[in-house]
Amino acid sequence: MEYSLASMQPALPEIFLLSATCLILVIDLFLSDRTRLVTYGLSLAALIGTIALVQYVSAPTREILFDGSFVRDPMSDVLKTGLLLITLFAFVYAKDYLRELGILRGEYYVLGLFAVLGMMVMISANNFLTVYLGLELLALCLYALVAFNRDSTKGAEAAMKYFVLGALASGMLLYGISMVYGATGELNFPEVAAVIAGGQADQTVLVFGLVFIVIGVSFKFGAVPFHMWVPDVYHGAPTAVTLFLGSAPKIAAFALAMRLLVDGMGSLLVQWQDMLIILAVLSMALGNLVAIAQTNLKRMLAYSTISHVGFIFLGLLAGTDKGYSAAMFYAITYALTAAGGFGVITMLSRKGFDAENIDDLKGLNDRSAWLAFMMMLILFSMAGVPPTVGFFAKLFVLEAVVSIDMVWLAAVAVFFSIIGAFYYIRAVKVMYFDKPVDDAPLVSSMDTQVAMSINGLAMLGFGLFPAALLGVCRAAFGL
Amino acid sequence: MTADWPILSAIIWLPILGGALVLGSGDRAPNVSRWLALIFAVLTFLVSIPLYTGFDPSTAEMQFVEKMPWVPAFDVYYYLGVDGISMPLILLTTFISILVIIAGWEVIQYKPSQYMAAFLIMEGVMVGVFAALDAMLFYVFWEAMLIPMFIIIGVWGGPNRVYATIKFFLYTFLGSVFMLVALIYMYFQSGSMEILAFHDLKLSLTEQVLIFVAFLLAFAVKVPMWPVHTWLPDAHVEAPTGGSVILAAIMLKIGGYGFLRFSLPITPDASNELDWLIITMSLIAVVYIGFVALVQQDMKKLIAYSSIAHMGFVTLGFFIAFIIMARNDVDSGAVMGMQGGMVQMVSHGFISAALFLCVGVLYDRLHSREIGDYGGVVNVMPWFAAFMVFFAMANAGLPGTSGFVGEFMVILASFRADFWFAFLAATTLIVGAAYTLWMVKRVVYGEVGSEKVGEMQDINKREALVLTSLAVAVLVLGIWPAPLIEVMDASIENLVKHIAVTKL
Repeated sequence: MEYSLASMQPALPEIFLLSATCLILVIDLFLSDRTRLVTYGLSLAALIGTIALVQYVSAPTREILFDGSFVRDPMSDVLKTGLLLITLFAFVYAKDYLRELGILRGEYYVLGLFAVLGMMVMISANNFLTVYLGLELLALCLYALVAFNRDSTKGAEAAMKYFVLGALASGMLLYGISMVYGATGELNFPEVAAVIAGGQADQTVLVFGLVFIVIGVSFKFGAVPFHMWVPDVYHGAPTAVTLFLGSAPKIAAFALAMRLLVDGMGSLLVQWQDMLIILAVLSMALGNLVAIAQTNLKRMLAYSTISHVGFIFLGLLAGTDKGYSAAMFYAITYALTAAGGFGVITMLSRKGFDAENIDDLKGLNDRSAWLAFMMMLILFSMAGVPPTVGFFAKLFVLEAVVSIDMVWLAAVAVFFSIIGAFYYIRAVKVMYFDKPVDDAPLVSSMDTQVAMSINGLAMLGFGLFPAALLGVCRAAFGL
Repeated sequence: MTADWPILSAIIWLPILGGALVLGSGDRAPNVSRWLALIFAVLTFLVSIPLYTGFDPSTAEMQFVEKMPWVPAFDVYYYLGVDGISMPLILLTTFISILVIIAGWEVIQYKPSQYMAAFLIMEGVMVGVFAALDAMLFYVFWEAMLIPMFIIIGVWGGPNRVYATIKFFLYTFLGSVFMLVALIYMYFQSGSMEILAFHDLKLSLTEQVLIFVAFLLAFAVKVPMWPVHTWLPDAHVEAPTGGSVILAAIMLKIGGYGFLRFSLPITPDASNELDWLIITMSLIAVVYIGFVALVQQDMKKLIAYSSIAHMGFVTLGFFIAFIIMARNDVDSGAVMGMQGGMVQMVSHGFISAALFLCVGVLYDRLHSREIGDYGGVVNVMPWFAAFMVFFAMANAGLPGTSGFVGEFMVILASFRADFWFAFLAATTLIVGAAYTLWMVKRVVYGEVGSEKVGEMQDINKREALVLTSLAVAVLVLGIWPAPLIEVMDASIENLVKHIAVTKL
């Protein structure tokens, strides 16, 4: 088959991002530490350019290219836009933090951009190998990012754990993929789905492969019992990296699950639905319960992530377009919320002081009423209290679960979110009710403040007017 | 009936907008925040008056209706409207909010702008709860109330405020999330999120019982009913005066309102089936909590327990309806019980607010709420003593005050249900008088308790203004309750008719 340049147009955003990142990598070599902000500016420009291109190539149709290994559909457009926007926030928050800690190097942004590229490939994958390619590109960048502060032993330890466990998970996923390939003889998702639906494939081998694939996906999400790496990595990585790691990849993980489980193995819904129920309930239970015991803010948010993953699974396991769109809404808004939460932590840090404990939030209202208010909105959104967006995210997921007659599962979910509310409001309590122990002034640059204001108020804005974003998510599934 | 202009939206969003402005004004010029807050509170009250003057008491239909799509994908509407049940409660909210702003004028020195803003936002959200006719809109307002209250108790409260406010938050959050599941379930049964559509939704008895229990968890915690009342004394004791006033005067009413708007009309058969449970819980609240109030040493705790006992009357009045109807008695008995409960809610809003403000006046001077620290206050603060004695009498249900009307109607209705219900309910006339008047005796009368009490100043103009306006309200409602009963008459009768028809 012959390729014309025009036929590659749907992949334009990825191609642009790859070229831009390579260019930035080279430019960065010639910059001194004083002019490092050029890299920062260029990275933001690259992201914005990619967003523009995603909008440019977006269409309500589905386009497949590169021999069926790459797909661009409405879902990928929405996910990519969300992913890039959230990365934009993460990059802005990271700048001040890295500069204060003396590790503002170009590699952070270059690795970050490559990770974004990996995630975009995952989102647009239409083939088991494309998924794997994107996943590994993302993972390798993240391993390096976690160890980004090379003088930190904690960081190195976390990176090592992440690498070993991540490699294991990739192996599991690949093993599962090989099983499915063996059973169906196909790698492209539509063909795989067709063979499975046709009933010619060996059911035992298929389900065996499915188990490994679900394990691999759960691992990337950080769902219980494959969550062990999450707290250690979140804790050990520099906050600027945790910020990136804890937000945007959630969207990619959602895409991973959608592509593998729904696009590829949708007709095995009955099988993976049960698995996801167990994973979801365990994640919500363990995440929320263990988060209560944490004194380290980053660890607490790590366990909170685990519980949120449980909610995303609830939407997925509904197995309806409504459920998928609810899970998508959840993943996007949660990624935005998490970016804001970690963003506040980076803003509390300064030269020689790396904020990471809940006590570091003490008296934040006295130190900066504005920052405390933003953090309060973020925390209440995580807790799912209206009128913040977190409530609607939970509501839509619960509606999806109730619609498939699993009222009990919805009751379990709300039960654990009550437990979860405790540790979020405890953090609010520390900010508002306690006296500050640290009187150092909080300084942050203008761009960080603007980004944080947008991020915090978005919690309220999407909460008061959820229809627009929900409409976008539903349109992605043709609803 | 549709309003010519969005009056309900104005009452909801005006104070919230004002709150945002006050918050933005910061604490550099505290007086600016205070005046700004007062202006918005008064404006909101003025805007809410047409609600009463333009209200048509002859119909049970929703009035001043506004309806716009909000989340079309889930049929959620921004749907507002009032009937005779919610309209008086909205006026109560806007009225009490002004007093709260004035009461916190000089007392609050720590971040006054945030304090005032929290109360203004709270006001708008509470009005939203009463006005919402869409279940999801209702739920959003219902939960959003928690955030400002959590901050108010936690930041400006007493020494044990953190425990109290977290307990308050988790208790109420726990109560309400199961209601959310019930609402979603009904959405799938009816295909609509409108509360009025839920009223006509056919449900089997098992479904009704489960939904009823989910509602009960939410509303019983809010009212609060025995045995889930324990958060209230803690929250009241630690809350700043303004917080206590809002809690007692309005937030508790939201629980009672929930029974009328949700439990009774949506699950009438389950309510009928389980009315013994509510009646028992109410009577325990009236009798047992009354005795608990008797032994309190802390004035705020005493009033908090007295609130629980008085709210017991409200729920009693709502649920004896089924027994009265089952005895084939005239429906007027059932109507009277519910109207009594409603009058009791409004009246308790005034009286408990006034009593908490009285305690606030004392606390600002002596920084103690212990009854034992006072004594002979009348000698140094005669004007204050007059007010306090008056409100105490009203709390004990003295005829001529609003406290009497509601209690009397509920007791009368109870007689039609069962003599022993009435008998137990009537013990409050004795116990209620005992704990309130005994407190007054120990605080206001007798020898001057200590030197510090001897140095206390009588109330200033600001405090006098607040207490006078409440005294007038209590007296007017006590002597001439007809206007209030009139506006709710059609709605209550309609409700009684509705619950008399089985949904099975």
